[in-house]
Amino acid sequence: MAVQQFCTFFLDDHCFGVEVEKVQEVLRPQKMTQIPLAPSTVKGLINLRGQIVVAIDLRQCLDFDEREGALSANVVLRTDDGAVSLLVDRIGDVMETTEDSFEEAPETLTGAAADLVHGVHKLEDKLMLVLDTEKTIRQAGVQGAVSNSEGTDVLAEPTSSRGE
Amino acid sequence: MNDMDEVVKEFLIESYENLDQLDRDLLALETDPSHKETLASVFRTIHTIKGTCGFLGFSKLESLSHVGESLLSRLRDGELLLNTEITNGLLAMVDAVREMLGKIESTEVEGDGDYQSLIERLTKLQEGEAPEAVTPPEATVPPEATVPPETTAPSESVAEPGTGGNGPRRIGESPFGERKPRDVVEPAEVQAVSGGHGISESNVRVDVEILDRLMNLVGELVLARNQILQLSMDQEDARYQATSQQLNLLTTELQEGVMKTRMQPIGNVWGKFRRIVRDLSMACGKKIRLEMEGGETEIDKTIIEAIKDPLTHIVRNSVDHGIETPDARIAAGKSPEGHLYLRAFHEGGQVNIEIADDGAGINFDRVKEKAIQNGITTPEQAARMSERELANLVFLPGLSTAKKVTNVSGRGVGMDVVKTNVEKIGGTIDIQSKLGEGTKLKIKIPLTLAIIPALTIGSGGDRYAIPQVSLVELLRIDGEQGRNRVEMVQGAPVYRLRGKLLPLVYLSQILGKSNGDGQPQKGKVVNIVVLQAEGRQFGLVVENIRDTEEIVVKPLGNLLTGLTVYSGATIMGDGTVALILDVLGLAQRSHVLSEVSERRLARTDTETAADESDHRALLVFELGKGSRMAMPLSAVRRLEEIPKSKIEHTTEHDVVQYRGEIMPLVWLSDVLGLGRDETAEASDVLQVVVYSENDRSVGLVVAQILDVVKQSITVQRDSQRDGVLGSVVIQDQVTELLDLGRIIRMTGLGFLDSEVSERPLAAAVGA
Repeated sequence: MAVQQFCTFFLDDHCFGVEVEKVQEVLRPQKMTQIPLAPSTVKGLINLRGQIVVAIDLRQCLDFDEREGALSANVVLRTDDGAVSLLVDRIGDVMETTEDSFEEAPETLTGAAADLVHGVHKLEDKLMLVLDTEKTIRQAGVQGAVSNSEGTDVLAEPTSSRGE
Repeated sequence: MNDMDEVVKEFLIESYENLDQLDRDLLALETDPSHKETLASVFRTIHTIKGTCGFLGFSKLESLSHVGESLLSRLRDGELLLNTEITNGLLAMVDAVREMLGKIESTEVEGDGDYQSLIERLTKLQEGEAPEAVTPPEATVPPEATVPPETTAPSESVAEPGTGGNGPRRIGESPFGERKPRDVVEPAEVQAVSGGHGISESNVRVDVEILDRLMNLVGELVLARNQILQLSMDQEDARYQATSQQLNLLTTELQEGVMKTRMQPIGNVWGKFRRIVRDLSMACGKKIRLEMEGGETEIDKTIIEAIKDPLTHIVRNSVDHGIETPDARIAAGKSPEGHLYLRAFHEGGQVNIEIADDGAGINFDRVKEKAIQNGITTPEQAARMSERELANLVFLPGLSTAKKVTNVSGRGVGMDVVKTNVEKIGGTIDIQSKLGEGTKLKIKIPLTLAIIPALTIGSGGDRYAIPQVSLVELLRIDGEQGRNRVEMVQGAPVYRLRGKLLPLVYLSQILGKSNGDGQPQKGKVVNIVVLQAEGRQFGLVVENIRDTEEIVVKPLGNLLTGLTVYSGATIMGDGTVALILDVLGLAQRSHVLSEVSERRLARTDTETAADESDHRALLVFELGKGSRMAMPLSAVRRLEEIPKSKIEHTTEHDVVQYRGEIMPLVWLSDVLGLGRDETAEASDVLQVVVYSENDRSVGLVVAQILDVVKQSITVQRDSQRDGVLGSVVIQDQVTELLDLGRIIRMTGLGFLDSEVSERPLAAAVGA
């Protein structure tokens, strides 16, 4: 059975995974230049060895609360349009999974997460949500501009709403 | 073309170059038919093509070039003298060869075009009126002898154009200079016969892609250098300092060197114009002499590509519309032969290109007519435009003044595209024209796009870069002065810059961070960066102005394409990313340019900025039944609301007690014969404009005060009505201008009935 490797990372206590071949590198927090007028999901620009990389606030994308001290790591993804960085809380291990641990995202998953999560891998000690990176990046470009207030969040605390 | 045989590919590239050269040579020959060296060069070129295609098995091409060669050999040997007919035949051959090469490039075969008639034509020319061999003595001289003088000349031209000219740098798809090094190394037929791979050994062909990559890498290196330099400032170590200085110098040199590899003389584009001008002027029945100066001026390859089409369009325009037919020229007292003059030169880090003709010039009346017809401007705005403004109207879409549409031009879709293309690469275009004397177009374009000089500024703790092309000047007004001199026009800040109003735009506000340098504050220094976008100037207020720096433009990527205020990003010396502001985008976002869509407004605006002194503040009000009237604001002392109950009556007038005096009231609509003002009649409070003269006041009763406008006015139509000076257009509505002096006299209010009182009013409205 084919073994698939995932690079995992966390937002609060939720574990997310991205196929390892999509990840270019993982970085500590970088100095960031803000982009006024950009969608709120686009946090800024970082200088990655001379390459300018857009950093996406994944917490915003998935309707997590803004939180001081969060988003301290960069998961830099390879895309056709150059590198893009996802800002996450912390980096986890690289996990090996097989297809039999995979399940579609439950129907009850709503909001932004339902849109951006492919499905779930049932790991031994936790669940890993598989992120649809293409869609996440695509939506980050537009989402913030049209703030979606009705996005309820089943992943974070039920009280969460998007605070500015 | 991907799997095409390398040899064929080589052959194509080389042949294209040679054909361009052929065009030039043939046209040169037309003016000087017996120029032996050029003839020899033409002959060799055709011979080479013939030889190579024989070798590659392109038989059609071979047979065509063979006929051409035979014809040329007779010309070269002086047995025939070149005339227009032969030139036409040879040019037709060049076109046919080009066509076949095109087919080979796309399909790898010669195609099935029929060139038999052309071959026959050439054969006829060759045999034809072969005159009694005017064999000049030189004809016996073997071709080798004609060449040696040439070998020295071009080799000089190899060294010259390169500033510093060390070593080979002929790269890319075209040669530099008019003459090709190829001619140097192929002194005699003997070599040409051997098959034609005679590229000089001192030259290397390099794929443009590799150059682009190199350019990118150098860009990175420049950034790294900037960072090292910044670091070295904090270093005590002298060796480190020295090394980084060395690195600095080397990087600069390398940058220049690599830039140079991408540079091409503008003459490469111009070369094609000889042919275009010749063909076109013949088709139009005109005589035109094309002069070019500064063809060796070098520009980055990408920019050359970008300006090729706009330039061609301008040249076609000049030939087709600018320069008149010989008859018309003679009638206008000019020489029958028109001049088209191209000039290129470097100035201030930019390349200037001028295209001038001594033709008919732009007919401004027609431009006006067209502009009004298309609703671009209103008649009275057009009347006030300077010739320069009018000339620049031709860059607007849909405005062609050509009387008839030809297949060349006149459709009115050209010049706006020209302007767009030039502006796309950060250039500017300006047109000057004098009716009957000619037209001159000036284009300014940057040398290169990859690395640009920019001004860095700070706002809200972040740094931004502004390309220096858009920069006009920097202003710094300190606190007290600043507060006094940044003025507000209906909430829009402006600054009086040398008597003109400069609209101000606060960067922090545009970027949605309206703290910091938001509004003018007392005692605060205001930094203004004066920028130019689409010919309009505006001042960008920033927190601080930092430095100028060479920056490498990097795209922002698809994710942020919607953000028009940025044209990209760059990495600064300390490694942080800075956004590059897009001046055009800024102007649009801040509505400095929003009127562009409604050009009429833009015009009014320009006028306001252009000559403020010429403008009058007018009070616009309404009388009953919706009739709009205006009077000079300077004549207005106060605007009052007077309750009707306060009106008292004397035998002559209605009066009110006003500030300790008795003020007569004048019912304007009554006086003007509009009948009693119903609106005023109906309400309990009267709208009164208090007008004072000679320390006495009169109250003019109006229905409603509408607005105060500041604009220049030209009386459009003299009015028949007593008390009205005429009509003007204010805010797009016809408004009648009050003749105050007359009105006062009409009402029989003697105190104002003097010439003295009337004159300043008439002067004030500019009648």
